[in-house]
Amino acid sequence: MSTTAETGTTYEPATDALATVLAPGARPPRPSAWSASITFGWRAVLKIKHVPEQLFDVTAFPLMMTLMFTYLFGGALAGSPTEYLQYLLPGIMVTSVVMITMYTGLEVNKDIEKGVFDRFRTLPIWRPATMVGYLLGDVMRYTIASTVILLVGLVMGFRPSGGLVGAVLGILLLLGFSFAFSWVWTMFGLLLRSEKSVMGVSMMVLFPLTFLSNVYVQPETMPGWLQVFVNLNPITHLVAAVRSLMAGTPDGGALILVLVWSVVFIGAFGSITMRLYNRK
Amino acid sequence: MPDLAIQTSGLVKTFDKTRAVDGLDLAVPAGAVYGVLGPNGAGKTTAVRILATLLRPDGGEATVFGHDVVREADAVRSRVSMTGQYASVDDEMTGAENLILLARLLGHRKPAARARAAELLEAFGLTEAGGRQVKTYSGGMRRRLDIAASILNTPDLLFLDEPTTGLDPRSRNQVWDIVRIVVAHGTTVLLTTQYLEEADRLADRIAVIDHGRLIAEGTPGELKSSVGAGSVHVRLRDPATRTEAERLLTEILDTTVYRESDPVSLTARITGNGRDEAAAEQASRALAQLAAAGIVVDDFSLGQPNLDEVFLALTDHRATEETAA
Repeated sequence: MSTTAETGTTYEPATDALATVLAPGARPPRPSAWSASITFGWRAVLKIKHVPEQLFDVTAFPLMMTLMFTYLFGGALAGSPTEYLQYLLPGIMVTSVVMITMYTGLEVNKDIEKGVFDRFRTLPIWRPATMVGYLLGDVMRYTIASTVILLVGLVMGFRPSGGLVGAVLGILLLLGFSFAFSWVWTMFGLLLRSEKSVMGVSMMVLFPLTFLSNVYVQPETMPGWLQVFVNLNPITHLVAAVRSLMAGTPDGGALILVLVWSVVFIGAFGSITMRLYNRK
Repeated sequence: MPDLAIQTSGLVKTFDKTRAVDGLDLAVPAGAVYGVLGPNGAGKTTAVRILATLLRPDGGEATVFGHDVVREADAVRSRVSMTGQYASVDDEMTGAENLILLARLLGHRKPAARARAAELLEAFGLTEAGGRQVKTYSGGMRRRLDIAASILNTPDLLFLDEPTTGLDPRSRNQVWDIVRIVVAHGTTVLLTTQYLEEADRLADRIAVIDHGRLIAEGTPGELKSSVGAGSVHVRLRDPATRTEAERLLTEILDTTVYRESDPVSLTARITGNGRDEAAAEQASRALAQLAAAGIVVDDFSLGQPNLDEVFLALTDHRATEETAA
């Protein structure tokens, strides 16, 4: 008899048992926007628990990026890998985390086809909670990636003059920006029809954005027309701000620009995302 | 209007150039099972998705317990829940996690959410499976979890979109039993189905829809009698006597007699103006005449038309009208 629930064939709906669960108890008040978002964040964490392999992209990928670019360019650009690492680490951290943000779009795109999304959309909760939940789960992933890179960097000889406080502040700024930037991907995740196209668009956006910046080399070494793009690129501002925080010499201008960009991303892409979510 | 759970008028939803829902008028009384019957692509799912606030209609109006599904979507959401055609549960999470997640989203605090999840798993015979990921469940178990999730906060209106499609007969019966118990506790159920038997067994009223329009509405009994008093099925012993039997039946019953693919069977629809006595009388007279003509009848039955016949009759009728127009 222990297989009752397992086989699903010997179950007989019992009127009494069902009557108990149907007894209309008082409905609890609806959860707050924050509480609903956190609950969806918990869902994202549960998914990581069930499929831990998906942490590969936030551990192995950043590790590879850091090692690869430090030793590839270090000698040529700064005389030695350790010298170069002082310049590169904040930038490679930004690049890795910003690249990882695209998984948000893939996840949303995969989930939206599932019936469970319909259930979420019929719940009387704060509408953006589902999407904010994804992003909260992702912020956890970004934290893991940043931590991995910081630790690897420290082992390889990265010595930020801003100390631990500076490094942590830099990471916090990066997490905040990434949360805002991810709304671009929730939009594409809802807009595009397949995971493949989400992937394609992500690459088209991320490669120029991360490479055509100040991550690898000083923009002054580039041709003038390229400098124009690089100096407008939000990633450039983010890298400058993170670098300045880690170096213990906060760059107020860059910090403000990053905050402005973040507000713009949430305002523009967040509202498009919610429009798409409500119409899907 | 407290007596109506759902009211729609002239509801329209267009996808590209297809009018999936094309001027649908529904009035669903509260406290009963309302069946929406139609073939694949009739617009059933689209209609349900509009009513469950998942889609915006392109035209017309729909209210659920008096709340407009577009303007007061939130008020509608707090009173309904939906079990979609494809299980509305998360495959990658366990059964228990699915229920706890929903309980939290519906405002239960953590301990209460856990307790509610355990209670539901127990009532739906899923306690032992509760710790496993849903993707390991059978179709029947998944459907039960889905319904359990839908009644987490007992809703006033439950949408079940083809709840038994793809289930084995046993699981289907379980779902039917659950639906009956849920309705007995005061929840209105709107059930879409392409199975006539399902609508007949469960629904108090049925709307037959095709091409996004309502083509008939009523109790199962009303729908059946609207098509005719019943059908006579005759099985002859000798195929050679069929032509003669056909002639006799046509004469006595004054209606069209159909030859079935089986060479010894005939079917005639009796149009007794809805009076069963007349149908029975005509039928027994027909049987007597066949016997008098020396035709041996192995099997003779007079039955109410089943919903299959109702559906075919209704859609045929519509097809003819369209050709004429």
